Amino acid sequence: MSENILEVKNLKAYYDILKGQVKAVDDVTFNLKKGEILGLAGESGCGKSTLASSFISRKKPLKYISGEVDLVGNKIMEMSEKEFKKLRLSTISLIPQYALDAFSPTKKIKTYIADLARQHGIKTDKKFFNKVKERLDLVNLDESVLNRYSIELSGGMKQRVIMVISTILDPEFLIADEITSALDVSSQRFVATMLANLRDLGIIKSSIFITHDLSILYQIADRIMIMYAGNFAEIGPTDEIVDNPRHPYTRALIDSLPKVGIQYKDKRLSGIDGTPPHLLNIGEGCRFRHRCPYAIDKCEETPQREQVAEDHYVSCWRWKELGSDLSGQK
Amino acid sequence: MAKNKDIVMSVQGLTKVFKSGILNPEYTVAAKDVSFHIEKGKIISLIGESGSGKTTVGKLILKLINPSEGKIIYKGKDIAEINDKSETQNYYRRVQGIFQDPFATFNPLYRVDRVFDLIFDSFDLDYEDKDKAIRDALYDVNLNPDRTLGKFPHQLSGGQLQRLLIARALLMDVDVLIADELISMLDASTRIGVLNLLVESCKKHGMSVIFITHDLNLGYYISDKSLIMYKGRLVERGDTKKIYENATHPYTQMLFEAVPEIGERWDPDEEFLPEQVVDDVNDFYQNNKGKGFVEIEEDHSVLFSDQ
Repeated sequence: MSENILEVKNLKAYYDILKGQVKAVDDVTFNLKKGEILGLAGESGCGKSTLASSFISRKKPLKYISGEVDLVGNKIMEMSEKEFKKLRLSTISLIPQYALDAFSPTKKIKTYIADLARQHGIKTDKKFFNKVKERLDLVNLDESVLNRYSIELSGGMKQRVIMVISTILDPEFLIADEITSALDVSSQRFVATMLANLRDLGIIKSSIFITHDLSILYQIADRIMIMYAGNFAEIGPTDEIVDNPRHPYTRALIDSLPKVGIQYKDKRLSGIDGTPPHLLNIGEGCRFRHRCPYAIDKCEETPQREQVAEDHYVSCWRWKELGSDLSGQK
Repeated sequence: MAKNKDIVMSVQGLTKVFKSGILNPEYTVAAKDVSFHIEKGKIISLIGESGSGKTTVGKLILKLINPSEGKIIYKGKDIAEINDKSETQNYYRRVQGIFQDPFATFNPLYRVDRVFDLIFDSFDLDYEDKDKAIRDALYDVNLNPDRTLGKFPHQLSGGQLQRLLIARALLMDVDVLIADELISMLDASTRIGVLNLLVESCKKHGMSVIFITHDLNLGYYISDKSLIMYKGRLVERGDTKKIYENATHPYTQMLFEAVPEIGERWDPDEEFLPEQVVDDVNDFYQNNKGKGFVEIEEDHSVLFSDQ
C-alpha cells in the first residue's frame, strides 16, 4: 500500500452547532495514489470543502467524529496541532477557495512571501528567493511581480503566485479548492494545466482538485470522486465516470452541463429538480433519493460502498440493475 | 437582416470613458463604438472576460451610467433624453436587470414578497387581482407560491431567488431584460432549470434578453445572436451558430480553445498562454489595417482593425 499518498477510511466530520449536528462529511472512504490528480466534484454544500479542511485544520465548530486518515504514514487525525504543524506546507498544502482575496493590499508580493516563509521557519535568504524566481518563471511570471502590490496583478496572475507559494516546499499532497472558479476562461485553462505540470515535474506528488465544474476535471484529473450532501456517491477513472457513470447523480450532473454544439432550440438539457437536503440531523437513507428518478423503497436505507471495477466504487443500491441505463443517454 | 418593426432597442456607437483622478486624470475606455440591435423575443448573448466592458454596456442600457458618446434608441427615442420622473419610471417599467448575486438583490430584513410589493407601489400595473397575478407569475417560473411567499431570502436557495426575480420581470411585462451573469452563482444542476425558464419566458411573453456571460457554452445554449467583447470593443457580432462555427477574431478563437468541455481534451502539447492573445490581436489588427468592422457573411461581422 506504499504507493498511496493518502488513505481515508470511513471519515466522519460534523459541524457541532446549537441545533444539533450537521453531517457535512459522513462516512467517506477513498485513497489517493502517488502521482495522481483526483478531482472532487459536487454541488455547493456537498461537503467537498469540509473534507479538505478536515485534513488541514479541525477548528470549531467542525468536529472530527471517527475514521482514519493516513497521510504518507502519518495518522493525521490523531496528531496534535504541534506535530501537525511540521507537516504543513512541506507534506500537505492547501490552496483555499478565495485565496485570491487573501493578499494584503499594503504589502508587496515579496514581503508577503517572506512573511509566510518565516512563519514556517524557512530562511528567506537569497537561495530561497532564487527558488521563488525559478518557480515564477515556470508559471510564466516575470520576477518583477515580487516588487508589485497585489492590486496591480490580475486574478490569473495572483492565482499563479499562490500556486508558487503553496508548492514552494514541494509538498507530497496539494489540496486545490476551487482554484479556477473566479478566473476567466483563458486563465482557467492555464492554471488547471499548471497543476498537471507541477505534478509531471514532480514538484507535487499528488493533488485533490476540488471544483464544481466537471468539464475542467475532465481535462486534467486521473480519477474523479463525486460527493452528494456529505456522502460519497461515486469514484472512478475519469473516462469511466464520464462514459459509464454508475450513480444516478453522476449521470444527472453530466447531463446538466451545456456543451458547445448544443442549442436550446435543438435539444433541451435537463437539470435536477429540487434542492439538496439540509444536513442537520439528516438521518438514514440515500441522501439523493428525493431527487433521484430511480429511487425505490430500499433507498430509505443507507447504501453501502460497492466495487464496480478496479478503482471504481459507487454507493447506490441499484447500480447493478441500472447499469447500461445510465451510460446509454448522452 | 431584422425587419425594423422587430427591433426593440438599438444601440449605436456606444462609448463610455471613465475618468479617474483630478490633477492628472487617467482615462479608461470601458466601451468603445458598440453597436447592435435587440430583436423582440430574442436572446442575445454578450460574451467576454473580466474587464471586457460587458457589464458597462448593461449598465448603460439600464441608465445607471451615462454614455460618453453614442446613443441607445428605445421606442424611437434616445434614452439619454429621458429626464423627467414619469418618463424614467416608464422606461424602468419596460427595461429591467437581474444580477449575479441574488442575495445582494434582496434585503435580508424583509420577506421576499417585498420585491413584488415594491413594483406594485412604484408602477401602475394593470392587474385586477394583485395576489393572483403574483401567484400566477410564480407558477410560471416553477415556484410553489405557498412555499415561497412569506419566506426570508436566506430560507430560499440562490436558484429560487433568481426565479423569483424572473417572475417579477414577467409580472411587469418587460420588453428588455438585462441578465448579468444571472446563473454564475448557481450550481450545475439548478442553473439549467433557470436557463430553460428564461428561454421559455422569452418566447412566451415576447421578452428580449441580453444575456451577459463569460461562459461560451451557456451563451451558445440559449442565444440566437451573440456579441463577443474584448477590451471594450465589440470584436465579433452576429448569428450565434455562425460565430461558433466560423470564429474569425483571434480573441474569439482563443476563447474557444480555452473553454473546457467534456468529451474534448485540451491539446497537452500546445503551449497555451493567456497573455499571448494580446499579441495575436495586435498582429491581426496590423495585418488588416484600415478594414474596420466588416460583415464577412450574412449576419456575421468581425472587427478586423481597431483604427
